[in-house]
Amino acid sequence: MKKILALVVAMAMMTSYAFADATLINGAGSTFIYPAITKWFDEYSKSNPGVMFNYQAIGSGGGIKQITAMTVDFGATDGPMTMDQMTQAPGRIYHIPMVMGAVAVAYNLPGVDKGLKLTPDIMAGIYLGKITQWNDPLITAQNPGVNLPGSSIIVVHRSDGSGTSFIFTDYLSSVSSEWKGRVGKGTSVNWPVGLGGKGNEGVSGLLKQSPGTIGYVELAYAKENNLTYAVLQNKSGNFIEPSIDSTSQAAVGVNVPADFRFSIVNSPNPQAYPIAGMTWILIYKHIDDPVKGKAIVDFIRWAVTDGQKLTADLDYAPLPSDLVDMIQKKLDLVKY
Amino acid sequence: MSRQDTSDIVFRRILAVFPISILILVAGIFFQLFWSSLPSLKKFGFTFFYNSTWDPVAENFGALPFIYGTLVTSFVALLIAVPIGVGAAIYLAEYAPPKVSKAISILVDLLAAIPSVIYGLWGIFILVPFMRNCVQPFLGKYLGFLPFFQGPNYGVGFLAASFILAIIIVPFIISVSREVILAVPQVYKESAYALGATRWEAIFDIVLSYGRVGILGAVILALGRAIGETMAVTMIIGNNVIISPSLFSPGYTLASVLANEFAEADTTMYLSALIEIGLVLFLVSIIVNILARILIWSVTKGPGEVIK
Repeated sequence: MKKILALVVAMAMMTSYAFADATLINGAGSTFIYPAITKWFDEYSKSNPGVMFNYQAIGSGGGIKQITAMTVDFGATDGPMTMDQMTQAPGRIYHIPMVMGAVAVAYNLPGVDKGLKLTPDIMAGIYLGKITQWNDPLITAQNPGVNLPGSSIIVVHRSDGSGTSFIFTDYLSSVSSEWKGRVGKGTSVNWPVGLGGKGNEGVSGLLKQSPGTIGYVELAYAKENNLTYAVLQNKSGNFIEPSIDSTSQAAVGVNVPADFRFSIVNSPNPQAYPIAGMTWILIYKHIDDPVKGKAIVDFIRWAVTDGQKLTADLDYAPLPSDLVDMIQKKLDLVKY
Repeated sequence: MSRQDTSDIVFRRILAVFPISILILVAGIFFQLFWSSLPSLKKFGFTFFYNSTWDPVAENFGALPFIYGTLVTSFVALLIAVPIGVGAAIYLAEYAPPKVSKAISILVDLLAAIPSVIYGLWGIFILVPFMRNCVQPFLGKYLGFLPFFQGPNYGVGFLAASFILAIIIVPFIISVSREVILAVPQVYKESAYALGATRWEAIFDIVLSYGRVGILGAVILALGRAIGETMAVTMIIGNNVIISPSLFSPGYTLASVLANEFAEADTTMYLSALIEIGLVLFLVSIIVNILARILIWSVTKGPGEVIK
């Protein structure tokens, strides 16, 4: 018995020594940013062996809860914290934009190719359950020459709480006052119509198999799975295809507030794709541990500059350079 | 005459710890659920049970569509699974050659070990298209006058979820029922034959009559599994908060809404309402179990025989 005890103590000491050399940074939150953050950790650790990372993709809500409870060093969220949540936190929290992504509107209509033109009115009409047929005059008017069937539209949405749903409902709230009043925006909402699929795979499973469906998935997922997706009319009236470039444009030429809590859906930029969103990392303005504080800030500085090149391969849109400059200035204010 | 030595007493006391720990566990779960759902209990009170709106944005929560979905899918799953399960068990125990019986029993145990997410994926890619293209058009055509088989045909919905549940619980029913039937003393059956009973009469009057408590026990076990099953159902029920008499309609269950929304529930009231859903699931399981127990007592002339 004593031997075992001694062994356990020795092992515990060894592991604590191992951690003593490296700074361990814990994070939790958004699943949307998870592939990017994993790639960053991987690359960053190569040149900075002194820093170790651990990130739990438990969802944006969980990320906010954990950073508020100070059980992690940073959180990550797809929707900015509300004023109410900010006041619950024990210290001042900074929102730092890290990646941008687009949500594609995909459909399954046999005989209709990629690039169906959809307007904000059509999108809101379909998701409010007011437009129920594919050959609705509103849709045919935008798509002359496309042979739209007279079948009913089967609406698909995410059933699990997700940042993708947040971005999508944020968009619908922004283009339709009726949606804003009746449904609103959130990671889960009270959908007026439609089938709920669990996860991107659940939505794309329904889309692939059922003719007449329309749904929304992350752009990267739509591309990987060869889903046919629509071009959307943006605020300026242009029809824009979702791409890395048109997503980055969503944050160009918009008024960025000093606390970075802003939405990039329905961007006024004429080149922007309208259903775009971003993921923020949440950190405290005052970080108690100076070693950790420096490590976190250095990592974020690297991720928003050099790190952005790595994430383009994963179909995230790079942050525009003006925004990166603003982030750099913000990081100067972090105290540790 | 009771001659107890110390080791006996110690052994008995140690053994007593195990059932008591189960008791503590169940009570602990109940109190934790109750405690964490207090904000929601206070705000919505009893309306939580009959409100059919679930709106996380406006924080207006009601559990009725989920209770309905859980009960409907479990009940329909039993309707499908019990005849198949008990029938298969009778065949395996009474008719099948020993080798066949053994081989099929192994397959049944294998089925029981498949994780439900696999059933869910199979459901999305195989069962749902099959339901949409074959089963539901057929039912709609020939039984469409019934309210259960009307409305748009999506493939996903109550019926598909019930099918998946039936497939998941059938191995439990077969496995337990088969053991129960095998446990019927040979003497009883031989007596029946001696009195001139046919094989059918011997099975129906003697074997099933003798084993009905055990078989009902198997059904209750299966029902418990069906009520709590989460992943496979979530993947193919359509996750729509509505109450519709049609089995073609998409629906939602208590376990599914927990699986879907717990991770991203960000406000206190939202989280509390979800935990109350857990409490409701707990209560539904208890009530269904009590009802099933009463059912057993009613067929076995009182609680005594169950204990025996």
